[in-house]
Order: sequence, then structure tokens, then C-alpha cells
Amino acid sequence: MRYKDYYQVMGVPRTASQDDIKRAYRKLARKFHPDVSKEKDAEEKFKELQEAHEVLKDPEKRAAYDQLGANWQQGQDFRPPPDWGKGFEYSRGRGGEASGEFSDFFSELFGGQSPFAGARGAGRANRGFAAAGQDHVARVEIDLEDAFRGGTRTIELRSPEMTPDGHVVVKPRTLRVSIPAGVTAGQQIRLAGQGSPGIGGGPAGDLFLEVTLRPHRLFEVDGRDVTLTLPVAPWEAALGETVAVPTLGGSVDMKLPVGARAGQKLRLRGRGLPGNPPGDQIVLLKIVLPPDSPGARQLFEQMKREVPFDPRADLGQ
Amino acid sequence: MNPIDRIFEGEMLDESAWLEIGEFCACLRVDRPWVIELVDAGVLEPRGPSPDAWSFPASALLRARATERLVNDLGVNLAGVALILDLIEERRQLERRLDELERLLER
Repeated sequence: MRYKDYYQVMGVPRTASQDDIKRAYRKLARKFHPDVSKEKDAEEKFKELQEAHEVLKDPEKRAAYDQLGANWQQGQDFRPPPDWGKGFEYSRGRGGEASGEFSDFFSELFGGQSPFAGARGAGRANRGFAAAGQDHVARVEIDLEDAFRGGTRTIELRSPEMTPDGHVVVKPRTLRVSIPAGVTAGQQIRLAGQGSPGIGGGPAGDLFLEVTLRPHRLFEVDGRDVTLTLPVAPWEAALGETVAVPTLGGSVDMKLPVGARAGQKLRLRGRGLPGNPPGDQIVLLKIVLPPDSPGARQLFEQMKREVPFDPRADLGQ
Repeated sequence: MNPIDRIFEGEMLDESAWLEIGEFCACLRVDRPWVIELVDAGVLEPRGPSPDAWSFPASALLRARATERLVNDLGVNLAGVALILDLIEERRQLERRLDELERLLER
């Protein structure tokens, strides 16, 4: 097990006051909260922050943690001392609600079987108490190709589960899930009965998979519509040529309008993600000049002489 | 059967899925008054004339869960949550537009 330096995670000195800790938490929570953050690994960092805060905000846990000493380094190999937790008085009944997904370090010192674990849930199963299991929510990132064709995805989950004696343990679990064709960002897949098992014969909870799409090299996605930026030569745009356009279902031919402009959007109906109705593919035109060559230069020279065109006429000077 | 050999088929909650208020509460494991508070604060926009007849698009589940997280983790009130969620959506649209324009400019 690796030592976690909670003070380092929260960016405060070991002498920080409880108010300093609260302020540091609020500031970092705004920065890394997965719902608002654009930071890389925001979810992971936010979880670390919550874990550090869970310990440091609670004077009892903080005092116990401080007792481990100041000489441990973040990530150092760690075993809890044999007399861990002795000599402390604990307030029962407020074990970390969100602690299911915290590190082994946290679970060993403050969760599960530790003297700091709350008494919540203990003994319930013995008293004829029945309750539905918890629902779980997991985010799943899908490739656009899979969203288009459908397929199966293997999903690794870490699920907190209640043991018969009322402790919470985290169990890794692997599920293979069928991804329906046409699924897109912001949609959910509900797997009935795949959440936590019920307590005392209650029904199991459900698992909700919240879908996000992995960014694609070519396509931007908005709902079921996809946008492709298509480079075209000036003469293809000017003459309204027919050009090959990649779509999720393969290449199709598209006729450009005569005199097509850069930034113009053309619509290929029904070529987006499947559904009822299926999405469209928007083709955004980008006019690209040919690389410099004597031949190209000669033709541009000829246009310069023969085509009356002042691109700055609208500037009015 | 080994669980890894089994392929789970889920129920798709897409934009055509609307949930009655009872089912909506059951999905979130929350009470009705909490949902009414979210509607009053403008976080959720139901269809239907009165709470008993309200139904919500499946995407409202995401907004309601985000609300719970923002309230618990950041201490934001519901008016603040409604503002944050609207701004996040606006940012998403601007990012998409920016990405589109950058693709037009890059060679």
C-alpha cells in the first residue's frame, strides 16, 4: 500500500488551520470538479482531493493521521502501525459516505474494519430490514465508429458493496455491455439489477452508464449530427465539381454548388449517427491552395491578368 | 456462465425516453419534493401541467445527478447550479464552434 500525503494533495502545510483546509478544498474542488473542470484527469484528482478532505476536515481523523508522523513521502510503501487507532475516541455514525471509491490507504486507516468506520448499516441485515441496493452510475467513453455500428464494450467497474456484517468493501467487476448503434453523448444505458445487491432480500440497484464519445480525428459530433471539415481545391469550389466525402458509413460522392465558398455548410441527409430520425452529416468547406509550383504560378498569373477581381472592394478605400 | 462471457443488453435512454415523475424519482432514489425544488429553481424543465403529470427527458437524470454533486461537493445553491449547468452548455457550444473554426484555419 502507498502512503498518501493528504497535505500535499490539498496544497496546505501540516500546520494549516481547519479554515485553511476548508478554503483550500473549496478552491481545488472548483478547479477539479468533474462536472465543471477542463483539467486532464479531473475525475482522478477530484477523488484524491475528496479523500484528503475527508480525513483533514475531521479533527479526529486528522489527529490520527498526523500521528503517523511527518516523515512519510507521497507514494512511499506503507503499513499501518499495529496499534493504529488506539487511544482515540471516535464519533460513531459518520463513516465516509463517499469512501467507497477511495484508496486502499484510506480504506485501511479510516474505512471498512478500521476503528474510524461508521456504524451505518451494521446489523441491519439481521433485523428483517429490507432495502433496494444502490444504483451505480459510471461514465463510459465510446469510439464514434462503435456508436455508429454498435458493438460490445468491456467495462471495468469498482463497485462499493456492503458485506453481510455491514462493512463497505470495494470490489472490481468486469461487464460486457452491448452498445446499441446510434448511441451518442449525453445518453444513458440502463442495466437493470446491475447496481449493488439489495439488503435483506430487497431488489438490486440498477447500473446507469452515461455515454461520452471519444474525440474523433475527422468528425465533430452534435447529438446525432456529425460535422466534417472538407478541404477542396479552389477550382473544385469554383466549378462545382463532384468530390469524394468520407462519412461514417464509407465514402460518398457529393456535388459542390458552383461558386462554393469557404466556410459554407452542406448537408448529407441521414449520414450521421443512426436513429429515428437518423442524424445528418454536415460538410464544412475549406478551400485549400495548391502548393507552389511553376505550373500553378503560371495559371495564377493568367487569372491575375484575365479575371477582374478586387477581394478588398468592400473595404471602401 | 462466467459473467465475462455474458453480454448485457441495456435499455437505451435517449432523447425519445421520457420518464414520469414517479419513475424519475425512483431512478435517482430521491423524494418528490426535491424534484419540485429543482424545477422551481429552473434546473429541470418538465413537460406537463402539474407535478403529478410531470414527465422529464432522460437527459434530466444527468442534470439532476450533476446537481447533487455540485450541491454536495461545492456547496452551491440551486440557483447557482442552474446557472452553472446553463453556462456549461453554452461553453460546450462555443467550444464546438471554436473547434470548427480552428479546423477551417489549420492546413
